[in-house]
Amino acid sequence: MDSLNNILDTALAGIEAAEDLRALDDIRVEYLGKKGQVTALLKSLGAMDPEQRKTAGQAINQAKQAVQAAINVRRTGLEKAALDARLAAESIDVSLPGRGVERGGLHPVTHTMERITEIFSRLGFSVATGPEVEDDEHNFEALNFPAHHPARAMHDTFYFPDGRLLRTHTSPVQIRVMKQQQPPVRIIVPGKVYRSDSDQTHTPMFHQVEGLLVDKDVTFADLKGVLQEFVNAFFEEELAIRLRPSYFPFTEPSAEVDVAWDKGDGSEPGWLEVLGCGMVHPNVLEGVGIDPEIYTGYAFGLGVERFAMLRYGVKDLRQFFENDLQFLGQFR
Amino acid sequence: MRFSVNWLKEWVKISDTAEQLGEQLTMAGLEVDATEAAAADFSDIIVGKILKAGPHPDADKLQVCEVDSGSGVLQIVCGAPNARAGLIAPLAIVGAVLSGDFKIKKAALRGVESNGMLCSSKELGLAEDADGLMELPADAPIGTDLREYLRLDDTLLELDLTPNRADCLSIRGIARDVSAVCDADFIDHEIPAVAATSGRVIDVQLEDSAACPRYIGRVIEGLDPQAETPIWMIEKLRRSGVRSLGPLVDVTNYVLLELGQPMHAFDLDKIAGGIIVRRAEAGEKLTLLDGSEAELDADLLIIADHNGPLALAGIMGGEASACDDNTSNILLESAFFDPAVIMGKSRRFGLHTDSSHRFERGVDPGGQEEAIERATGLLLEICGGKSGPVIVAESVDDIPVRKSVSLRLARINKVLGSSLVADDVEPILQRLGFAIETTAEGWVIQAPGTRFDIEIEEDLIEEIARVYGYNKLPTRMPTGRIPTPVLPEREITLRRIRQSMVANGYTEAVNYSFVEHKILNACDQGERAYALANPLSADMDVMRTNLLAGLLVSLDSNQRRQRERIRLFELGNVFAASEEQGAAPVQTLRLAAVASGSAVPEQWAEKSRSMDFFDLKGDLQRVLALRGQDDVEFIATAEHSWLHPGQSAKLLVNGEAIGWIGAIHPQTLKQFGIRNDVFAYELNVEAAQKRELPFAKDISRYPAIRRDLAMVVPETVSFNELIGVIQSTAGDLLADCRVFDVYQGEGVEKTCKSLAISLILQDVSSTLKDETVDSIISDVISALEAQLGARLRGK
Repeated sequence: MDSLNNILDTALAGIEAAEDLRALDDIRVEYLGKKGQVTALLKSLGAMDPEQRKTAGQAINQAKQAVQAAINVRRTGLEKAALDARLAAESIDVSLPGRGVERGGLHPVTHTMERITEIFSRLGFSVATGPEVEDDEHNFEALNFPAHHPARAMHDTFYFPDGRLLRTHTSPVQIRVMKQQQPPVRIIVPGKVYRSDSDQTHTPMFHQVEGLLVDKDVTFADLKGVLQEFVNAFFEEELAIRLRPSYFPFTEPSAEVDVAWDKGDGSEPGWLEVLGCGMVHPNVLEGVGIDPEIYTGYAFGLGVERFAMLRYGVKDLRQFFENDLQFLGQFR
Repeated sequence: MRFSVNWLKEWVKISDTAEQLGEQLTMAGLEVDATEAAAADFSDIIVGKILKAGPHPDADKLQVCEVDSGSGVLQIVCGAPNARAGLIAPLAIVGAVLSGDFKIKKAALRGVESNGMLCSSKELGLAEDADGLMELPADAPIGTDLREYLRLDDTLLELDLTPNRADCLSIRGIARDVSAVCDADFIDHEIPAVAATSGRVIDVQLEDSAACPRYIGRVIEGLDPQAETPIWMIEKLRRSGVRSLGPLVDVTNYVLLELGQPMHAFDLDKIAGGIIVRRAEAGEKLTLLDGSEAELDADLLIIADHNGPLALAGIMGGEASACDDNTSNILLESAFFDPAVIMGKSRRFGLHTDSSHRFERGVDPGGQEEAIERATGLLLEICGGKSGPVIVAESVDDIPVRKSVSLRLARINKVLGSSLVADDVEPILQRLGFAIETTAEGWVIQAPGTRFDIEIEEDLIEEIARVYGYNKLPTRMPTGRIPTPVLPEREITLRRIRQSMVANGYTEAVNYSFVEHKILNACDQGERAYALANPLSADMDVMRTNLLAGLLVSLDSNQRRQRERIRLFELGNVFAASEEQGAAPVQTLRLAAVASGSAVPEQWAEKSRSMDFFDLKGDLQRVLALRGQDDVEFIATAEHSWLHPGQSAKLLVNGEAIGWIGAIHPQTLKQFGIRNDVFAYELNVEAAQKRELPFAKDISRYPAIRRDLAMVVPETVSFNELIGVIQSTAGDLLADCRVFDVYQGEGVEKTCKSLAISLILQDVSSTLKDETVDSIISDVISALEAQLGARLRGK
């Protein structure tokens, strides 16, 4: 029995000392393998008398189980250590940048225009577009600007030798749409417009979004409502607006709209002009064959750059058209 | 229009402060652009009189003056060149404070005591410059406070008037509006007729009575050329921004400002015969008051005498008939010209006068006589003389009549969404000076002659809304049935295209639609450029026929700002002059991109590599993939002069060219001053936007079989051709086919290349048998051999 105890002690000590799975397996073979020491003891049982065999057999089997259990525990331990070691070796600096990260960005004017269009789309307005090279008829005459009228002086116009011009506003699209379509008309017209003017606060090309709604029972109150709703939606806050009487030949009454704007410098919010609007002039409706006694409508036009400047804190209008990636990169 | 609030208060009973008034005017559509004080902030400046002026013992440019302050005589040292005995001038006494907190103290100037300061108009904030002491009239009461004497506690308002409000180009007109807006009484000043004291008249003929339906003249003789304009008038003119130029001009300017009627004074002695109002004849010339010479033609209305043109009607007088320092006999003109005849004419000569400004917008056709009476009265008062009778030349039928306009209460509320009642409306109409007559539905209104903007019912509704207050009118938030516009899915939205570009690393640029002709030509496909008649500058003289030129300029400017890797795109319209005479230019929406620099942004994990054609092509194909169908063909071409002939392709859809892609030609890069290689494409968006709706097909449940082939083909054979043969031979069982290697070099003849291709075969209804696959592959190889001269590599 001494020899069994010795074998067991030595085996357990060996298991404990095994450094890796291979060493552990060698120990398993040495003791529990076909030619192993414990296996050899078991084989020796056959030569014993039955009484002795019973007690000796129990003792050897217990020892065998103890060795097996110790091996199992040690194996789990070693496997975990090996995995831990592998994982430790595989660790990386996750703060290094990812591969192929590159994303361009939309132009801030596009961002703003899409935002404006989106808001009005939800209010049921469809997008309409038209030519940027226009004729006098659509840009002026049909919009109730008589030839040589001083109102035309408000629009510094680019002309072509054939008498055509670059549209000075998106309003001609009103005429094009209404000529094609009887009310209800509910459109939004985003696009480029041109004025022959260039200084710190004017660029010869800029963007407008025009809105037009003609239907029965459309009033000045609806115009005020839709603009208030738009301003709130665009700026994501309830901003006071006020309407100031103004003059556009194609609307009457006409108004300029100011929003109460907080410059964020601690001063009182001041009124800032953001768009022009009015009720569609009866002459305009009559000109496209819509009876102003039955239908009324409102129209509004807003400068996209103006809204982009307010929304994104752009201070110099001209930056919009310099295409400097340092500037554009700020608007993803 | 700039005016003094004090002057306005002579015409309307208001007690509002200037700020309140300004706010109300702005909110009534008469936008106040600027508000300023009539004079600088100063105190204790009185009217003083120089009794004696003598030389300073120690300074050549200084004088020692004895000045009567009304309560004693002060010794004052003064450096003004016009300081002289008898001069009455503003006197700042010791203790006075001038603007800028400048205190007047007793001082010694070069050893001589000075007890105050005599002032120039500049020092008082009454003028921009001055070259000496302000000279006050001889009757100015010595010792009076100057602020009081000149009524300087006054505010000036500058109105930025819209072109429809010509009626507010006069004090009386503004007062009318203020009366309505502030609900205050209008003070009507009756203008008395001045009885003729001489019988002198001049013949006036109206040749074009439609253009000038009324011309009123009056001869005034014996005016004193030495007379001076009274200080009250000079001050009112000054506060309206008009400089005093002597009584004859001052009075006509004064009446213009007060009543809105432009007037002109001719030197009677320089008129030959009589006055003829007529169209100019081609070839006639007229030297204007500003010294410029105007070439005339029949488009222009002129005032002529029997010798020739005297004045450009309603715009500017002529030099030859102008009043001068010796003029004592004049012909006053007060006329009505049809706005349409004056519109645009002054611009032709680069002129913009107070007169043309008013006539273009419309002057009260009934106000001429009143104005001439007012001017006569003022002139006689200032300069003496005798006036002849009023000369009236008119064609009554041609004088515009302000037509009556009916206004329905129901219509007001229908347009405004309001519930106004008659009591809201009537006072507004009355205050505005409209004659009103009640009808069953509302009113019939006759607007005053000054209101050229009141022609239809809506014009009146605007008046009601404006005066009532836009912001007091109701607001109705969007409500009711919202239409749902159709959402086309067979057209890729611009938004998706842009998003796809951005996801690929491209930043959106927006360039002007006009570019420099020269730059455009460097990358032009021969479209005829549509040139502007009045470009802002030579580098923006034609409409762009492509987006590339602008993008190359943007790329270059970014490169100059030390950007190495650039990816830009633009989506916008281009314009080409039409082939057809007189037709509108063709506007096409395009998408273009330019790319330069390394293939991927510099990064620790990837080797840096310069981009090439296939990087850009991949970027483009990712955008085209939005179409859901792989039907855009890339056909090698050398037809684009601005592209590398060996690295460029045109893009075809169903055989139709929709754009191009390629490396920019080194010569073109040089023209733009660009150092690095640039790759670009440009295509018609409309063609690329169209797609079919996806339609789900059966998915195969059977395994796919892959076979790889390495084929050696002559260099000139394109991948496109190769794949075409494979597809047509393999037929429907070919599920996919890819090239995974292209090789040229050792083991392959010089004029050939080797392409490694994988073929994926799959059947929807059964598992493919090896024999079937083998036979397809051998058919493909035979076809490639026969049609393209290919062979299997290694054989």
